[in-house]
Amino acid sequence: MTAIEPAPVMLPGQDLATIDRAVGDAVLRPATPLWWWGGFTIAVAFTGLFILAVEYLFIAGVGIWGIDIPVAWGFAIANYVWWIGIASGGTIISALFYLTQSEWRSAVNRIAESMTLFAAAAAAIMPILHLGRPSFFYWLFPIPNTMGLWPQFKSPLLWDFFAILAYVTASVLFWFLGLLPDLAMVRDRATTRGSRVFYGIAAMGWTGSHRQWRLHKSAYGLLAALMAPLVISVHSIVGLDFSGGLLPGWHSTQFSPFFVFGAVLSGFATVLLLVIPLRRLYRLEAFITQRHLDLLVTFLLLCSLLLAYSYFIDALLPFYGDDKFERATQLHRFTGDWAWSYWGAWSLNVVAPQILWVRALRRDWLICLIAFGVVVGMWLERIMLVASSLYEDFLPSSWGHYVPTLWDWLILFGSAGMAAAGFFLFLRYLPVLAAYELKEILPPPSRHGESQG
Amino acid sequence: MVFVIGWVGPSTGWATRVGYPVNQPVPFSHQHHVGGLGLDCRFCHTTVETSATAGMPPTYTCMTCHSQLWTNADVLAPVRASLKTDQPIEWVRVNQLPDYVYFNHSIHIAKGIGCATCHGRIDQMPLTEKAASLRMSWCVDCHRDPRPNLRPHDAVFDMGWQRSKDTPSGDQLVAQYHIKGAAELTSCSVCHR
Amino acid sequence: MTEFGRRHLMQLVAASAALAGLSGCGPSETPEKMTPRVDQAPGETAGEASYVATAVVQEGFATGAILQHRMARPVKLEGNPDHPASLGAADAPMQGTVLDLYDPGRSAAVLSGGQIADWNRLALALAEKRRQWSKDGGTGLRILTGSISSPSLAAQLAALSQQYPAARWHSWEPLSRDNVAAGARLAFGKPVDALPQFDKADIVLGIESDAISAAPGHLAFARAFGARRRAAETGSGKMSRVYAIEATPTLLGAAADHRFALKPAEIELALRAIAAAVDAGPAEWRGSERPGWVDAVARDLAAHHGAALVHAGPEQSPAIHALACAINAALGAPLRHIEPVAADAPGLAELAAEMHDGKVETLLILGVNPAYDAPADLGFVEALKRVALSIELATHVDETAQLATFHVPALHMFEDWSDARAFDGTATILQPQIRPLVPGHSAPAMLALLAGTQDFSARDLVQDTWRQRVSGDFAAAWSGWLRKGVVDNTAAADAAVTLRRDFATALPKPAQTASALTVLLRPDPFLRDGAQANNGWLQELPRPFTRLTWDNAALIAPATAGRLGIASEELVDIARGGGKKVRLAAMVLPGQAEGVVTLSLGYGRRAIGAVGEGVGSDAGVLRVSTAPWQADDATLHATGQTYPLATTQQHQTMDGRDIVRTFSVDDLPKAAAAPERASLYPPYPKGDNAWGMAISLGSCIGCGACTAACQAENNIPVVGREQVMRGRAMHWIRVDRYWSDDVANPGARFQPVPCMHCEDAPCEVVCPVDATVHDTDGLNVMVYNRCVGTRFCANNCPYKVRRFNFFGYSGRDPRPAMSWNPDVTVRDRGVMEKCTYCIQRIRETKIAADRDNRPITDGEAKTACQQACPTEAIVFGDLNDAESAVRKRKASPLDYALLEELNTRPRTTYAAHVRNPNPEIKEG
Repeated sequence: MTAIEPAPVMLPGQDLATIDRAVGDAVLRPATPLWWWGGFTIAVAFTGLFILAVEYLFIAGVGIWGIDIPVAWGFAIANYVWWIGIASGGTIISALFYLTQSEWRSAVNRIAESMTLFAAAAAAIMPILHLGRPSFFYWLFPIPNTMGLWPQFKSPLLWDFFAILAYVTASVLFWFLGLLPDLAMVRDRATTRGSRVFYGIAAMGWTGSHRQWRLHKSAYGLLAALMAPLVISVHSIVGLDFSGGLLPGWHSTQFSPFFVFGAVLSGFATVLLLVIPLRRLYRLEAFITQRHLDLLVTFLLLCSLLLAYSYFIDALLPFYGDDKFERATQLHRFTGDWAWSYWGAWSLNVVAPQILWVRALRRDWLICLIAFGVVVGMWLERIMLVASSLYEDFLPSSWGHYVPTLWDWLILFGSAGMAAAGFFLFLRYLPVLAAYELKEILPPPSRHGESQG
Repeated sequence: MVFVIGWVGPSTGWATRVGYPVNQPVPFSHQHHVGGLGLDCRFCHTTVETSATAGMPPTYTCMTCHSQLWTNADVLAPVRASLKTDQPIEWVRVNQLPDYVYFNHSIHIAKGIGCATCHGRIDQMPLTEKAASLRMSWCVDCHRDPRPNLRPHDAVFDMGWQRSKDTPSGDQLVAQYHIKGAAELTSCSVCHR
Repeated sequence: MTEFGRRHLMQLVAASAALAGLSGCGPSETPEKMTPRVDQAPGETAGEASYVATAVVQEGFATGAILQHRMARPVKLEGNPDHPASLGAADAPMQGTVLDLYDPGRSAAVLSGGQIADWNRLALALAEKRRQWSKDGGTGLRILTGSISSPSLAAQLAALSQQYPAARWHSWEPLSRDNVAAGARLAFGKPVDALPQFDKADIVLGIESDAISAAPGHLAFARAFGARRRAAETGSGKMSRVYAIEATPTLLGAAADHRFALKPAEIELALRAIAAAVDAGPAEWRGSERPGWVDAVARDLAAHHGAALVHAGPEQSPAIHALACAINAALGAPLRHIEPVAADAPGLAELAAEMHDGKVETLLILGVNPAYDAPADLGFVEALKRVALSIELATHVDETAQLATFHVPALHMFEDWSDARAFDGTATILQPQIRPLVPGHSAPAMLALLAGTQDFSARDLVQDTWRQRVSGDFAAAWSGWLRKGVVDNTAAADAAVTLRRDFATALPKPAQTASALTVLLRPDPFLRDGAQANNGWLQELPRPFTRLTWDNAALIAPATAGRLGIASEELVDIARGGGKKVRLAAMVLPGQAEGVVTLSLGYGRRAIGAVGEGVGSDAGVLRVSTAPWQADDATLHATGQTYPLATTQQHQTMDGRDIVRTFSVDDLPKAAAAPERASLYPPYPKGDNAWGMAISLGSCIGCGACTAACQAENNIPVVGREQVMRGRAMHWIRVDRYWSDDVANPGARFQPVPCMHCEDAPCEVVCPVDATVHDTDGLNVMVYNRCVGTRFCANNCPYKVRRFNFFGYSGRDPRPAMSWNPDVTVRDRGVMEKCTYCIQRIRETKIAADRDNRPITDGEAKTACQQACPTEAIVFGDLNDAESAVRKRKASPLDYALLEELNTRPRTTYAAHVRNPNPEIKEG
């Protein structure tokens, strides 16, 4: 039998110049491609809707949403968990695989990190929108105040507040640090004065001196080492937001790992969803090869299986133990108002991806489709967790329903538009690949001949 | 930076209004009436020992004297008008608490908190002004440990009172007044309902 | 008084909260004004509450009340413990009268033809008339009032008939108790009021009885009734056994040990059979095919001679009342018979006839609204058009106001002097609580106007009426009556009654109308005849059985609904033999008799104000003077359209969960030692008191008085129908109603649910800003001004007692700022709120006690719900006080904590529902 030779991390025929051209010129080229304008316009339109929805929210209050008693949490929380989950994809790829020295990450980490950045931003807004009195969100800061009060450190929500704060800050730093050398590269290739100034400032005086490189490497390593545990902790704590409550369907010890699995799954799915079209549009097939897609798909499948395990345990335990409330809630998930979200999560996050075990079926369009399915499926899972535990809990007298309003949906799609708009700006004005890292993994010239021969 | 402003800003006199005299329909001078004539607080603020509110004097209280003294003084015109037209005088509140704070004068008097502790040297104010920030942190400081501010009963209405060596100690007064512990005094429900 | 401005700022609490929250932006705070009195009112302590006794008059009968005044404004109504009809309790409509007083929809001007008119025009018109009447003795002058128990008003009317012999006084009470009187006539030959004495009754048989829900004196009856139902739980005396025979659910039926749902026609037959069985009627009444339980019930009644009574509701036929009288006579039932309290007068039918004949030139309508509630067949509206000069006195510009020549704004009963009698004849002087808020007039003033009395004063009238009834110092007696809220020894004396010999034969034959569909027209539990329809509290108070708000519905038994193929919320047209039809949503209600549809009156007001207009549908159009309570020839058509109903409870059964525990009196549980439970968190520091509450499910009758009282005391805003439908009702104490699992004839189980004040409160640990915490009295306090609105606490509350201000409900509430209770924060948009055990009352008590260094005595601090509860089902107090009533209640082996397996250790616990079934009877 013949072992399958894994596709190369970079197609042959690349050298320093080609990389700079591929990465740098995409940024500096004067003409903006049509697809960019198209996508950007749509994204901005949705961002407008988002701003509108938030304006009205602040004027009228959270009553405009479908939330009620007993379902006091709704889309805002589901969106938050969903976005922060998506964000994790970038961090895992750039930080975790940096630490494991897997060279293939170099081609995709920039895209992934940028995605993380805007997803995390979208996530960070949600908890504030969620508040009944958003103007007082800062009461969660443990700062001296005229009331002589501290926040309440027992509350998972407070831990979450710190976790997300740390995560977003670290993500920004990590992303920017990685960007520095490439910004300098673009600055050096820049032809117009404007762009020279812009990238000059952005590059913060990067000269590429040996010392700078040494510092950069250690700093980058440190941040990576910091980010890897952060991405785990942030999702574990998001999990605690729920399992900290005593509600059937929330009060579960497995939520932390469960949430991490889900987060990473949606993260990889989103990266795939972005990388596949981008390598075509930017003609980056040379750098983002089939090898990358295969690896990402493999991780997607791994996470999907892990998630399947969590789903299974979650559904099993109520019947294994004898808590009648847990059981009732689980049955509501199977058959109740929100059963569609439960089964939707199963089929999109667990069943559908399994198709990709068949290598032959790993067509770009199919991968995209399934990845998109996973992104949707993960949102379904979040809203299922929020709503289905709340609308029918302990006392039948207070059972209710949860019917989202137009404003709920506007917030959801609007936030997507906002994140997308940010990402489009990144595509246009910043290097989409980490050029300097690609250079590090250029195959030694000696191998040119062999591969050509 | 924001934090620093948010921290320092609210504590400035400008924000707390401490030391800013307030214009009143009648330029009433506590300095003259309390410091000069030596009127007791309770002469006008009659319910301070029995009610949540200290009580503002009805026009008739003013007139007990001013029907005899300064009967034509211009500054007192509003008072005479009030009596004539049976329309109350509208004083401007100096020490204002938010509506979700329920302060009770009577219990503070009963437990030996002097007027001057919160209202300052009223007897030295030509125009009444705020003497303490009345911020929650300020209230809570005393509720955490009231001992430094406790007075013997006879000293409660005494503006210029100072601790002397034969004043009973804070702990003795706490015992005498049956004052509750810090945990109880700082329960939210003590002030918020 | 001081701090007038505080009231104004109440509304702006949002703004001030925000400012204070932003750690006070000092200068921008709006400076408040302090407005002292010009002259101090005697006996007034600025900033402290004062209490003034008076009475609430409903359907002619007085119930003693004490109004709590804050800064000279009545803000809260309590029952008067010294008054026989209240005994300290207050029902929902009573509580509502305070909101009526401040209703911005009140009429404030004399109207003529819809236009604001000059009072003098009316005065001149009447002066003209007076001249004519003095000649012709008042021919063509008619006066229409509601049912009247006021001695002074009666005296005034008597004097008037002296002055104008030809004038006539008619009375119209839409919810009349004429059938009761008619029944008494059939049985005893004269009308008497029979007052059941539940404290002496071992066996009670209710025939759609309103004894504990609406009858005059129902609060007092409920008190005695509840005590006997609680007997097993407190181990004091013998628990009563209750049977109910009814076509539509009543509170007494819900409390019954055996409840039999029969069609109206069957009810009389069953009662005849029982009468025969207890030798109160001829043997042939027993009938051949009677259900098995009839004999068992009869045996039980007979076996308790002198301690068994029957009570029938006012909607039952005279025959049924006569039968009840006979059975009671035969059983030597514990009843007091007294002369009727309400003065008797010819009714509306006679008046309408005269109006049609054009015999009525001048009609004075005092506080009734016949244009809305007169039976359809009288054609009152047309008749009114034939009256030359019609003058209506009413608090609102109502349906009659729009037809009358003149509409005169009426004073609220808290705004002028008058008097009234209670169910047992006890009189109360109603004293004004506040200066009139509108330029209105009172009924006595209008009568004085007819008589031409100069400078009339209601106070003089009332005093003159009573002066001649006391010997000695009148002034002293008078002030004593006012203080106590009761005129001493005015209770009616017993009336001797003997059953007519020809009673059995005189009884009309039972009607044999076996119709497929019978429509019952019943007063709404809270709106009653609709006079209070502009009251948001009453509109939004969930109805005991349906949990319905802001609408009336066609209540149909599940079987009937199935037969007719109708589902809940489906719009149906109901008409009486070709007459006017009423369209409203159907609602399937267990406990309805098969083939019986119940509609509640008091809805579909066409004119009363922004709140009440167009709420529900007017079932009154189906009423005819001959059969005001029932339509046997009714037709029902499903329209196929649906209409959503705003109910506060979506799920109706306990799903086999251990929520309302029920025991039979024969096998009560033994006291079990509660295991000491562990907690991860350190215990909160303990203070002097440990407040707790015990709720007896056996004696809770589900009347909703607690919810109404809480809403009044704690500034709970009205949110409106649409918000209720979205699950956002704000009530701090709700009364859950579960149907027991008996599918055929399910019994209702009521469970009041306030905040449990858990010692290990799940809400507290999840709040990121410490906005809900324990205080040293063990209260779970909610600090509104610290709340940022994460709503995690609401999710994490297993009892779902937390309420959230999704919108600025308080700001939207139409009530004026002056009507809010200044002792309770008006909550801002976006903050959580919940039951506080009436912390403001607790603190007031603590401060008072602490001021003079004394311990708090048991019962010194009462919660609003406890105070209003007619059956004393709710007890609140200090658990540290070994002698406190609440400690004693909680010592009962029946005491249990709701969802105790969650280990939240609630301070509110329940005493299980105890039933006393008759072993001989299987069904019902």
